[in-house]
Amino acid sequence: MSTATETIEDLVKTEYKYGFVTDVETESAPPGLSEDTIRMISRKKNEPEWLTEWRLKSYRHWLTLTEPAWQKAHHAKIDYQAICYFSQPKPKKDAPKSLDEVDPKLLETYEKLGIPLRERGRLAGVAVDAIFDSVSVGTTFRKQLAEKGVIFCSFTEAVHEHPELVKKYLGSVVPYTDNFYAALNSAVFTDGSFCYIPKDVRCPMELSTYFRINAANTGQFERTLIVADDASHVSYLEGCTAPMRDENQLHAAVVELVAMEGAEIKYSTVQNWYPGDENGKGGIYNFVTKRGLCKGRNSKITWTQVETGSAITWKYPSCILQGDNSVGEFYSVAVTNNYQQADTGTKMVHIGKNTRSTIISKGISAGHGQNSYRGLVKIQKSATHARNFSQCDSMLIGSKCGAHTFPYIEVKNTTASVEHEASTSKIGEDQIFYCNQRGIATQDAVNLIVNGFCKEVFKELPMEFAVEAQKLLGVSLEGSVG
Amino acid sequence: MSKPILEIKNLHAGVEGKQILKGISLTIHPGEVHAVMGPNGSGKSTLAAVLAGRDGYDITAGGVLYQGKDLLDLAPEERAREGVFLAFQYPVEIPGVNSTYFLKAALNEVRKHHGQPELDAMEFLTLVKEKMKLMELKDDLLKRSVNEGFSGGEKKRAEIFQMAVLDPKLAILDETDSGLDIDALKVVSQGVNKLKSADNAQLVITHYQRLLNYIVPDFVHVLVDGRIVKSGGKELALELEARGYDWILKGEAASVV
Ligand SMILES: Nc1ncnc2c1ncn2[C@@H]1O[C@H](COP(=O)(O)OP(=O)(O)O)[C@@H](O)[C@H]1O
Ligand SMILES: [Mg+2]
Repeated sequence: MSTATETIEDLVKTEYKYGFVTDVETESAPPGLSEDTIRMISRKKNEPEWLTEWRLKSYRHWLTLTEPAWQKAHHAKIDYQAICYFSQPKPKKDAPKSLDEVDPKLLETYEKLGIPLRERGRLAGVAVDAIFDSVSVGTTFRKQLAEKGVIFCSFTEAVHEHPELVKKYLGSVVPYTDNFYAALNSAVFTDGSFCYIPKDVRCPMELSTYFRINAANTGQFERTLIVADDASHVSYLEGCTAPMRDENQLHAAVVELVAMEGAEIKYSTVQNWYPGDENGKGGIYNFVTKRGLCKGRNSKITWTQVETGSAITWKYPSCILQGDNSVGEFYSVAVTNNYQQADTGTKMVHIGKNTRSTIISKGISAGHGQNSYRGLVKIQKSATHARNFSQCDSMLIGSKCGAHTFPYIEVKNTTASVEHEASTSKIGEDQIFYCNQRGIATQDAVNLIVNGFCKEVFKELPMEFAVEAQKLLGVSLEGSVG
Repeated sequence: MSKPILEIKNLHAGVEGKQILKGISLTIHPGEVHAVMGPNGSGKSTLAAVLAGRDGYDITAGGVLYQGKDLLDLAPEERAREGVFLAFQYPVEIPGVNSTYFLKAALNEVRKHHGQPELDAMEFLTLVKEKMKLMELKDDLLKRSVNEGFSGGEKKRAEIFQMAVLDPKLAILDETDSGLDIDALKVVSQGVNKLKSADNAQLVITHYQRLLNYIVPDFVHVLVDGRIVKSGGKELALELEARGYDWILKGEAASVV
């Protein structure tokens, strides 16, 4: 049967609209990694001694590690000495005091990306921290947030203004010994966002960090730390894009979340790093460690991610369910088109009693894309009556792509209940024809069907971003069927 | 007489070298209801699929004119927008896609094609409410995903409901009666009858005569092994019911000898 997908090769022509480069003067460190590089970064940031030492400890530990190879993805060897570890737009004078002093070219960049840093317009209800290459260029709505006692600022600022909080929680969820990339990040991280929600406060707006890689040959190593104190609530979103470049660029971030008693953190990601071209040239290597600790009783952490970009994505946003009755959730949509590879999933570690976790993963593969779900559900001996439900669905568009599922389950308590469901389907010719017969053209039909497939995940995203995510999915799958 | 809506001329079609339709000719004028009856495997659904433009069929001879234009030249979505509607024998489930959203998208494609403004959500809902009464449809079906988890009867009813909203020029109903109990059959048939007008036409495909008690055809064609072996008025259906397809088959054999 001549299928709708046979002509795929001719038609894969995904366009990446965020591929431009901003022409700003930057100040970059020469490529290479050594204790001197780390001291230089620390000095540039005027960091306290304890942090410099922590970085150096991380670096020394990193030197003892080798790159992990268990993931299902292939890439050329990364030369860590060829990467530049620090790049920032040259400051006009000192650091900008307010957004009005930020280089207009940078503001323009974010406007172009649809992330206005002016406190108005489409994202008027969302506070944004914008990270450009290695540094934060501005955070919006600080005054309104400060009135509620919410701290939302760049990591660099947090180190200076809230050292006691940073010192207490940095590395408390993802220690520098955790893995190769976490160790590297701990040694060389340059900026990121910091957020603290005090007791009993519902954060009055969505918080958001927007990451942009601009400079060539530069790695982005940011760190995000969110602490939600007792009975507080926060919803946080990160977005990211990068210019189109022929060489691969490394992005190795660490995100740590801490939820105290009765606190709730909703962390959503719309990841749209440059995926490389249709032949698999260029693109971001997105190797990220994200973990949340449900420390207090009745706490809750929800990870929602829509992963459409990057040449390779490895990330497993996880929850440590330590407090009794705590809840971990993971909702994921991962799309791979052309030669993209994604190996993503989650770990749910149940420690407290009556802890519950839900995993909903939707993988979509098109072109030569490879998509793996990798998940671990671990029920410790102490976790009586723990419950997990996992559902992993894969959808294939065309015949050259792949979907793989690696669910690991470890149960050490007999009162626990663990449920796993999985399905793999090809996008149905029947479904496409049915849409066609109702007047809907094939590409629109694919978007409709895929969006329907991802619905359970999209409904977890904040409104403004659910719409973004649907559009993004459409762009990612452009030309995936003929 | 008015110009035909559909002219099928000596249509030969098959799949992967297997010949299924072996020379079908059929002309349908506005205001007419044609029934195509035939045993299982005779090619009824294939005829419907070829008319609707499903991929994978080879047209080896003959052709089809739709309102004077070459139908087979059009992509399936273009045919739909031009007013060709197929009520599927097996309506397809699309998980996660809301029925109302789907139907609104479909209707707006048709409207765009005809240079009409798209309907907004309110206008669309008004239209839907009106058509729902026609089909005696429970409105919770429309809140659910397209055909997902619908019973056989609900699926068929939803198909005719979509037809009511899209208001096609040529409706092809492929075994809309199968899987319906007698009450549902009545409701669906009444719906179809209400949609009949002087400038549209219906091609009703069925295996059993039963449906034709409710949707009364102007013409009946008997399809056997990819050929129309007999055409007549509505009484042909009754005769077929009384004497079975064997009667025709024998007759055909006799006339060949
Ligand atoms: N996609 C296909 N591939 C192979 N054979 C097919 C295909 N579709 C239909 N056929 C065959 O063509 C014949 C007619 O099928 P169909 O049109 O579905 O008949 P009906 O609807 O009258 O029951 C049957 O023998 C069927 O097996
Ligand atoms: Mg059939």
